[in-house]
Amino acid sequence: MAITRDEVLHVAALARLELLDEEIERFQEQLNAILEAVGKVAELDLSDVAPTAHPLDVANVWADDEPRPCLSVDEALANAPDREGALFRVPAS
Amino acid sequence: MTLDTLRLTAEDAGAMLERGDVSAAELHAAYRAAIDERDPQLHAYLRTVDEVEGDGVPIAYKDLISTRGVETTAASKILAGYKPVFDATVASRCKEAGLPLLGKTNMDEFAMGSSTENSGFGPTSNPWDPERVPGGSSGGSTAAVAAGMAPWALGSDTGGSIKQPAALCGVVGLRPTYGTVSRYGIVAFASSLDQIGPVTKTVRDCALLYRTIAGRDPCDSTTVELPKPVELPDAEDLKGLRIGIPKELNEAEGIEPGVTEQINAALERARELGAEVEDCSLPRSVDFGLPCYYLIAPSEASSNLARYDGVRYGFRAESDGDIRTMYARTRDEGFGDEPKRRIMLGTYALSAGYYEAFYGQAQKVRTLIKREHDELFERFDLLASPTSPTVAFPLGSRTENPLAMYLADVLTIPSNMAGMPGLSIPCGLSEGLPVGLQLVGPQFSENTLFRAGHALERALEFDFVPERYR
Repeated sequence: MAITRDEVLHVAALARLELLDEEIERFQEQLNAILEAVGKVAELDLSDVAPTAHPLDVANVWADDEPRPCLSVDEALANAPDREGALFRVPAS
Repeated sequence: MTLDTLRLTAEDAGAMLERGDVSAAELHAAYRAAIDERDPQLHAYLRTVDEVEGDGVPIAYKDLISTRGVETTAASKILAGYKPVFDATVASRCKEAGLPLLGKTNMDEFAMGSSTENSGFGPTSNPWDPERVPGGSSGGSTAAVAAGMAPWALGSDTGGSIKQPAALCGVVGLRPTYGTVSRYGIVAFASSLDQIGPVTKTVRDCALLYRTIAGRDPCDSTTVELPKPVELPDAEDLKGLRIGIPKELNEAEGIEPGVTEQINAALERARELGAEVEDCSLPRSVDFGLPCYYLIAPSEASSNLARYDGVRYGFRAESDGDIRTMYARTRDEGFGDEPKRRIMLGTYALSAGYYEAFYGQAQKVRTLIKREHDELFERFDLLASPTSPTVAFPLGSRTENPLAMYLADVLTIPSNMAGMPGLSIPCGLSEGLPVGLQLVGPQFSENTLFRAGHALERALEFDFVPERYR
């Protein structure tokens, strides 16, 4: 199954990537080659096999619901590209 | 006193500190001098630290480990200038153990790569031959240890990113059992696979550092307590140990004859040391491991990397558009090619209409791979193979072809998918370059890996100092 230019653009939009024209062409070609290789997983009939999401057998890990110290507002905002008071500042939508 | 940082092990450095032969500041200074001398050529470090915080043996961290107040970029321009306001748990544990930080090491951007050439800040060279790659993605950490610019270091391993560069640089690398080392404060790539682990000159150093960082962390709910304490290996035989040689891992297409020769010689030594060495098979884990990995890891990456949006930290592109334009430009300008490729691939594999055929199917393949490994560990204590099909390859030789680069991890991926620990130890030279032997055990078998690795290391007498520095 080959990925089309429109699909590349659709996926880029989903991933919030504004690709340059040169990148669209190159990624289309490379993604096709990679998808052809990874498409090999379809060769196996695994209808009766359960999926593995996580390699360790741990479930229901609980923690006490107790308040602990956390970052201050200034610490949380320390790396923000732009801020206004106690808020992250972003362009209007 | 002159310190030969190329030969000094972390264990011996610790003993010198204890005896008062050297101070922590002098030790730190000796490594800083080695960095000044050799790193302009190798570029293993992205930045170094002047302040000596702690009275122990100094250490370097791969640049995806958060260090409070010290820039942490995962070698991505999208995180340039980011100074974490907290320490990763592994960094806190090393601090508590008194290990002063030497600096942050280079890597493939977001740990995506097998050569450290995908760094947003320029590649690292292999200390054995600067025209060649150190492997990756933890190539900065393995090059630093091999070149005597750090006694030990931390790396991370998702598909082979500790084991493979350790092999290519002639040092020891451990990918621990999934869940034994905290990822709190680690820049995430593929969360069902990422593990932090030690890069060292000897197996005993590896056990010492693993002991320092391992164990349950309340801040990472995927961590577990070690079933048994870490033992420092000292046995010099392999009596009673059953080692399986999976045919598919040892005869895979693309394994260089010189690599096979060194591996076979190492296995012969294992027999002489008393191990029972027998052939076995992983019929589907190797053929289907790589495709399975390149669906699951990019899918998880596409989700993990969604957080880089120019709002809370890191780079924001100039834009006079709306917020969506800002997101899209920031991500296009901030990410390098490999993260973009993997985000695209993962987004595609998870998108409506393709999820079952790609991601869902890959998760089922993962079950098969785990089962195949579990079955072999009913008969064997360990499995052995080359860590990498090839020795270090020339810089630039695979950068144009992503699939060729992905093949560098074909032998490390299967056991990673199964959550099994793996140790790479140097076992000889081919074409003057190091060859790594990969030992894989069942979950929580680190003590067995250390025992076998140590005995083999003693018997093989590999000289870990690159020939050009001797």
